[in-house]
Amino acid sequence: MSNIKVAYWPGCVSRGFTPELHGSMALVAERLDIELVELDRANCCGAGVIAEHNQELADTLNARTFALAQQTGLSMMNICSTCQGAQSECQQRLDADSAYRAHINEVLSGQGLAYEKGKDGFTNKNFLWLLVEDYGLDQLREKVVRPLSGLRVGPFYGCYIVRPKERLGYAEHPDRDIYLEKVIEALGGEVVEYDGARKCCGFPVVTMARETSLRQAGTHVGDAIDAGADCLVTPCPLCHLNLDMQQPEAAKVVNRDLGLAVLHLPQLVGLALGAEPKELGMPKHVASTGWVEERLSVAA
Amino acid sequence: MAEYTIKVRRFQPESSEGPYWEEFGVELDPSLSVLDGLLQAKDREDGSLAVRCSCRAAICGSCGMKINGQSGLGCKTQIGEAQEQANKMLAATGATAAEASSPVGGAADESGTETREAGGGAVVAAPAERSAPIVIEPMGNMPVIKDLVTDMESTHWTKIRRVTPWLLPHGEPPEREYVVEPESMIDITQSMACIQCGACVSSCLSMEVDHDFIGPAALAKAYRFVGDPRDAETKERLHDLAHDPHGIYDCTHCFSCIDACPKGVAPMDQIMRLRRKAGEEGIEDPNAGHAHEMAFVKIIEKKGTLDEAMLVQESYAPGIKGKLKPSKRGLRETIKSLPTILRPLRKRKVGLKKAIPGTHRKLPGDAQDDVKAIYRHVDEHSEELNLYIRGEEGDDAQADGGDAAGAGAAQPHASGADQTLGAGEETTEETPK
Repeated sequence: MSNIKVAYWPGCVSRGFTPELHGSMALVAERLDIELVELDRANCCGAGVIAEHNQELADTLNARTFALAQQTGLSMMNICSTCQGAQSECQQRLDADSAYRAHINEVLSGQGLAYEKGKDGFTNKNFLWLLVEDYGLDQLREKVVRPLSGLRVGPFYGCYIVRPKERLGYAEHPDRDIYLEKVIEALGGEVVEYDGARKCCGFPVVTMARETSLRQAGTHVGDAIDAGADCLVTPCPLCHLNLDMQQPEAAKVVNRDLGLAVLHLPQLVGLALGAEPKELGMPKHVASTGWVEERLSVAA
Repeated sequence: MAEYTIKVRRFQPESSEGPYWEEFGVELDPSLSVLDGLLQAKDREDGSLAVRCSCRAAICGSCGMKINGQSGLGCKTQIGEAQEQANKMLAATGATAAEASSPVGGAADESGTETREAGGGAVVAAPAERSAPIVIEPMGNMPVIKDLVTDMESTHWTKIRRVTPWLLPHGEPPEREYVVEPESMIDITQSMACIQCGACVSSCLSMEVDHDFIGPAALAKAYRFVGDPRDAETKERLHDLAHDPHGIYDCTHCFSCIDACPKGVAPMDQIMRLRRKAGEEGIEDPNAGHAHEMAFVKIIEKKGTLDEAMLVQESYAPGIKGKLKPSKRGLRETIKSLPTILRPLRKRKVGLKKAIPGTHRKLPGDAQDDVKAIYRHVDEHSEELNLYIRGEEGDDAQADGGDAAGAGAAQPHASGADQTLGAGEETTEETPK
C-alpha cells in the first residue's frame, strides 16, 4: 500500500519537553506503515535564533542535516512547524546559489557529507504535508477505526509552516494552509473556525517579552473555547509548549479560565486509528485531555 | 467580466451605530483589482463608501486594507484571486473571513450586527458553485476613522517618528554630496523600498496584543539608518531599540509582515538584522534578547540539540557556572518560569534529568565534533555574507557569477529602491513605474 519510507528528523523539543510527540509519532507511523529512519546524528535547526545570530552558521548546520538525510537516499520528514520553516529558509538559500552550496559543502566534505540540490527529488516535509500530499487523505480515511465524530477540533498551524508563502512551496501546493482542516475532516472530526488558527502562539519571545507571548497564547486558546472547540491540534511542539505547558500562566495574563486540551497532530491521528490516549502520552499534557476522551468515549 | 460580491466592514463616525457589514455586487474583469471593485461600488451604489486611494499602482501606499483577513494593498490584489482565496477558505472551514476574523463578525453577526444589502437588494446571484463574498476590512491595529479609512497618525506615524527616521551623520556635512560605495548600500536597499502603506502594521501579531510594540514598519525604517554607512549614531540607535521592552525583542517572529508587505521590504528580516547588529555591538539588553540568542548558539555548539532547561537558565542568568549573579530581572523571570518547569515534572511529562540544566546529552559518536567543526569553519572565514536570497530555481549557471560565499550574487536593480531584492521572483510582479 503506502510503502513510504522517510529520513525522520524529530527535532529537539519532541525529544525534550514534549516526549509524548516523539512517542505518538512512532506509534502512528507504524499503524500507517510509514517507515521512519531516524536521523540521530543530525543537529538542531536553529529555530530562527541561530540564523538571527549568523545566517551562514544556520545554513551550514541545516545543510548537514539535509546531507545526512540524503545519505539514506530518502526524503526527509519533520514533525515541527519551526523545524520546517527554519530548514526551508536555509534550503531556499542553498538551492538558490551553487557557489554558496559549494562553499558550504567544503566543510561538510570533511565529514564525508554533501548537500546536493534536488538529489533523487529530495524534499523535506512536515508530517502534515506528507500525510496529505504523499500518504493521501483517501488512504488515511480507510485506516480510521474510531472516527472522531462529534469532536470539535480547532486547527493551530504555527507561523513557520504557513508564512512566508513564497518560501514554503505554496506556489506548488496552494492548500498547505488548509491541510489541518482537511485532516480533521478525514478523521471524522468537526473543524472549528476561530481567529487564532494561523496566528502566533507567542513562544519565540516567551523569555524576552513574556506578557506579549502569553497574551498571544491565552487569546487564541480563549477564542477557540469561545468558538466551541473541544481541543486544538498542532503540528508544532513549540506551539504546544506555549498553548499547553504555559496555559495556566497564559490564563493569568488574559485573566480568564482556560483549560483546553491541545493535541499534537500524531495524537489526533492516533486516536482515530484506535490508539489509546495513554499510549499517545495524552495524560502527560498540562491541560487535561479528559474532555476529548469523554467526547470519544475512550478511557484515558 | 465576472460578478463578485464584496462584503465591506463599514463604520460611520457620525452615526451612533457601531460597525456593520454591507455587501455590494460588482461586475469587472478578474484581472482588475479589489480597489477597482470598491470604487465601482462607490460609484454605482453608495457614494458615501469611504476608501483612501491615489495612484492605483502600488506606489503611493494609500489603499492598505484587509482582504479576506490578509493585509495588503487593494490596488495590488486582483479581484479574481481574492475570490479564489475566499472560496478556498469557505470550502475548508465553512466560514468566511468576516466570520473568522472580525470583531464584528462571527458570533457578533448572529447576535445583532446587521448585514445589509446594498442599493435595493442589488447583490448579484452567486455563480453556479458556492461562491464566498470577498471580505474587505479596514487595516488592523489602528483606529478606524470611517469605513476603510484608518487613522495612520496615532499608530503608524507616531511609531515611525519614535525611531528618529532621518540620518544623523558624522560631523559637519561635506561640501558636496556624500560619497558612498554602492555595495555598502545594498544591505539597506530592501528597507528603503517601504512606501509607508501600513500593511505590515495592520498584520502585526505582536502589536495585536501589545499596542506599544514599535512594530514592523518603524523597525524596518530604523534598520534603514542603522545599516547606512553615513549614519554616526548606529550604536545609540541599537542600544535604544534593544533596551525598550517594546523594541526589537518584542517581535514574535511570525512572518506576518513579510507576507503583508507589497514591496518586499520583509520588515521581520530587518528586525532580525537589528538584533544581529545589536549583538555585534555587544549590547546587553535587559530583555535578555541577546543573552537568549547567545545561549542558544552556544548550547548547539556544545550539545548539537537543544538543552531546554539550560536555555531558560542561560537566557536569564548567562554564564553563571557556579558564580550565581543573575540580574534582578533574571531572578524574577526565573522564579516566574518555575511553575512552567514544575508542572511537566509533576505530570511525568519529563524526568527530573531533563529539567536540570546541563544534563542534556550531546550528539552520539563524533557527530558533535562535526557540529563544532562547522562553528569553527564559519568563525574562521570572515566572508561578508549578503543576506538577500537571489538566483532562480534551477538556474545554477547564473549563480556562478557570485563570489565564493555567494556574497556577490545579489544584483540590485538599476532602477533603485523601488525594486524589491528579497524573495527573488516576486520582483516580476511589481507594477512598472
